[in-house]
Amino acid sequence: MDKKLEPIVKAIQDKFSATFEEFRDEVHLFVKPEQIIDALTLLRDEFNFELLSALTATDYWPQETPRFHVIYQLTSLVKNLSVQIRVPVNGSSPNVPTATRVYSVANWRERELLDMFGIEFDGHPDPRRILSPEDMEGHPLRKDFPLGYEEPQFTFNFDEIDLRKPYAKE
Amino acid sequence: MSQIEEVSLDKFKHLVSERALTGETMLLNMGPQHPSTHGVLRLLLELDGEIIVNCIPDIGYLHTGIEKNMEAKTYQKAEVMTDRLDYMNTMGNNLAYVMAVEKLVDLDVPVRAQALRVILTELQRIASHLVWLGTSGLDLAAMSMFLYCFREREQILDIFELVSGQRMMTTYFRPGGVWRDVPVEFEKAVRDFIKIFPKRVDEYETLLTKNPLFLDRMLSIGRLSKEVALSYGVTGPMLRASGVDWDLRKARPYCGYEQYDFNVPTRTEGDTYARYLVRVQELRESIKIVEQALNKLPLGPVRSSNRKFVTPPRSEIGVSMESLIHHFKLWTEGFPAPKASIYSAVESPRGELGLMLEGDGGPKPYRVHLRTPSFDNLGVLSQIVKGHLVADLVAILSSTDIVLGDIDR
Amino acid sequence: MGVEQKLGNMGVVTTTLESVVNWGRTNAMWPMLFGLACCAIEMMSAQSSSYDMSRFGMELMRASPRQSDLMIVAGRVSKKMGPVLRRLYDQMPEPKWVIAMGDCASCGGVFNNYAIFQGVDEVVPVDVFVAGCPPRPEALIHGVMTIHEKVKGESFKQYAEKYKQTT
Repeated sequence: MDKKLEPIVKAIQDKFSATFEEFRDEVHLFVKPEQIIDALTLLRDEFNFELLSALTATDYWPQETPRFHVIYQLTSLVKNLSVQIRVPVNGSSPNVPTATRVYSVANWRERELLDMFGIEFDGHPDPRRILSPEDMEGHPLRKDFPLGYEEPQFTFNFDEIDLRKPYAKE
Repeated sequence: MSQIEEVSLDKFKHLVSERALTGETMLLNMGPQHPSTHGVLRLLLELDGEIIVNCIPDIGYLHTGIEKNMEAKTYQKAEVMTDRLDYMNTMGNNLAYVMAVEKLVDLDVPVRAQALRVILTELQRIASHLVWLGTSGLDLAAMSMFLYCFREREQILDIFELVSGQRMMTTYFRPGGVWRDVPVEFEKAVRDFIKIFPKRVDEYETLLTKNPLFLDRMLSIGRLSKEVALSYGVTGPMLRASGVDWDLRKARPYCGYEQYDFNVPTRTEGDTYARYLVRVQELRESIKIVEQALNKLPLGPVRSSNRKFVTPPRSEIGVSMESLIHHFKLWTEGFPAPKASIYSAVESPRGELGLMLEGDGGPKPYRVHLRTPSFDNLGVLSQIVKGHLVADLVAILSSTDIVLGDIDR
Repeated sequence: MGVEQKLGNMGVVTTTLESVVNWGRTNAMWPMLFGLACCAIEMMSAQSSSYDMSRFGMELMRASPRQSDLMIVAGRVSKKMGPVLRRLYDQMPEPKWVIAMGDCASCGGVFNNYAIFQGVDEVVPVDVFVAGCPPRPEALIHGVMTIHEKVKGESFKQYAEKYKQTT
C-alpha cells in the first residue's frame, strides 16, 4: 500500500468499522450501504478525492450471499491516489442511497446500474433506464440474464435458419 | 421489434421547467438521426424561442452489450471487443485492455513492445484528434478542414495497416507484448509522417485559430468551470481546458511515458475555444513523443517469454514438444487469471479510459467494466448548454468530442 | 429551328425509356447521411480526399431521409435503434435501396448478444451486403457500384410489381 494512503484507510476503518483488502497495490474498502454517503463525503472533503472515476457493480450470483457489490472508484488529483470502496448489497432488496449530491457524475452512472443490474438508488432525481429500450424486461449484466446468443448461419444450416429468421418486408 | 413510443411530457416532467407544462416553451427532438450529433445521440431540447432552457440527452441507441459479451470470451478473444468500443481510438483501447490483463496476471512486457505501444497510441491520438478537428470544422461549415484532416489521417491508417494488416480494428497489442515485430518499412513511414505533420498543423491553425468567423462561433461558448467539471467526472482535454493539470501519462506514467519529454497543455478559460486550443496543442505534443520514442526504439523481443500467458513463436513449435503443448493450451483453453479485481486506466484522446477487470480463477473474465470518458463528458452537456442558442449547441457538442460507441458500449 | 441551329447537329440517340430512367437513377443516387458506428468513419473516409466517392455520382449526402434514395447502414443496429431505422426507411421516397455496410449490419458480426440485431435484414430489406469489419473505402465503393449494376438491370415490370407490393 502507498504510504500516503495509510492514514486515509485508517480513518475510514475507524469511523465506519470497514474491512479492507489489498491486491497489486490497490485498496478495496468494504462499507455498509447506509454508511456510503458519509464515507464518500468524508473522502471528498477531508482527503481531496475530487473525482469519482468509476461507479459500477458486480454480480456474484449464485456463489455469494450479498449478491451485488457496488463499486466506487475514487481518485485524488492533488495527492495522486486512488481508492476503491465496495458496498455489498443484498439481492432481494438491492437499495443503496444515491451519491448524486456528493458527486454529480453519479447521476448517470447510477441510472446505468439501475438499467444493467436493477440496483435501486434511493432518492435518485431521475430513475429511468439509460441504455436499454424503455420496454425492455430484465437487467442485462446480471449473471442470470442470458447472453442472447443466436446460432450463426452457415452453409450446412442455411435453410433451417432461413425459415425462422424474421426478414423485414418492404 | 418494438415500436417507437411517442414523447410524452409525463416521463420528463421532473426534468423540464414549469413553463413547458403550460406550453410556453417548446420541446424539440434533436436526433437520433441528425448530421451534427456525431452518431446516434438524441437530445431532447426545451426551447424558449432559440434559447435552450433544458437539454435532456437520451443515449443507448448504440448499446452493444460489450461488457456482457466480453464475459463470454477468453482473455485473448475478448480483446477484439475493445477495438469496437471507441472506434476512433482502437490502439488506445487495446492498450487499456492489455494493460489491465497484464496487471491482473502480473505479466512483464519487453521494452521494445512498450516503445512500439507508445508510438502507435500517440499516432492514434493524432488520428482521433484529426477526426475531431475535421468533423467539428464541418459542423461549423469549414468544409476544407474535413478534407485536410482526413488526408493526414489516411497516412496514419496506412502505418496501422503496415503493422497490423487492418486500417481501424487493429488488435495489434496483445497481453505480454504486441502481435509481431513491425516491418522494416515502419520506421521510414513514421519518419515521413513526423516530417510533414508539424507543417500541416500550422496549416490548420492558419485556417482556424485566428479566423474571425470561427472565433465568433467558439469564444466564451459553453463555459465549464473547474468545480463542475470535477464533480461531473469530466476528464481529458475538456478538464485540462478548464484549468486542471491532470494527465495520466504524466501523473501515473505507464509504458515508459516517464522517459519522454512532453508538456501537458492546459487553459483556464474552459470554453469551446479553449478546448480547441488544448487539442491542437496536443497534436504537437503527440508528434514530439512519437519522434522521441522512435529515436530511442530499442531492439529486442516484442513478446514476453512467459509461456504460461504468451504463445510461443511459430519456429519453436516445430522443434519443442513443450511449446506445442503451450500453444495448444493457450489457444483452446486460454490462461487462468487469479480471483481478484483490478482497476487500470490510461489516457485516451477523450480522457481517462479505465478498465475494471475481475477474474474468477478461470480463463474468462468474470466482470469487465469499461469506464469510458465520453460517457461522463456527455453527462455535463446539459449543464453547459443552458442559456445558449441552438446553433451554439452544435459547437459545444463538437467540442466535447464524444464518440457514441464509447458512451453506449 | 430551336436548339439544333444554336448548337449544331447533335445527332440522335435512340434508346429505351428503361435505360434512360435507370441511367438517371444510378448517376444521381443520393445516400442518406446516416452513420451508426465504426463503419461510419470508413464511410467518411470514402468521401474524403483520398478515395473521393463523388467520382461515381454520389457525393451529395442528404441528412433528411425525404431527400435520399440510398440508405447505407454503416454499423451495428441495436434493439433500441431498430425502430428508428425502420421509421427512417419508411420516410424515404420510392425508389429506395439499402446497403448493409460491414459485418455487424450484415450478420451481427462479433456481437452475438442480446443488444444487437443479427443482421439489419431483420429491420429493412437489404439489396447489397458489404463484408469487412469495417470494410475498406474501396469495398464500400464496390458495394455502391454493385447497386448501380442492379439498378441498371431493373425493368418497368419490376417497378410495377414492387409498387403493387407496397400498396
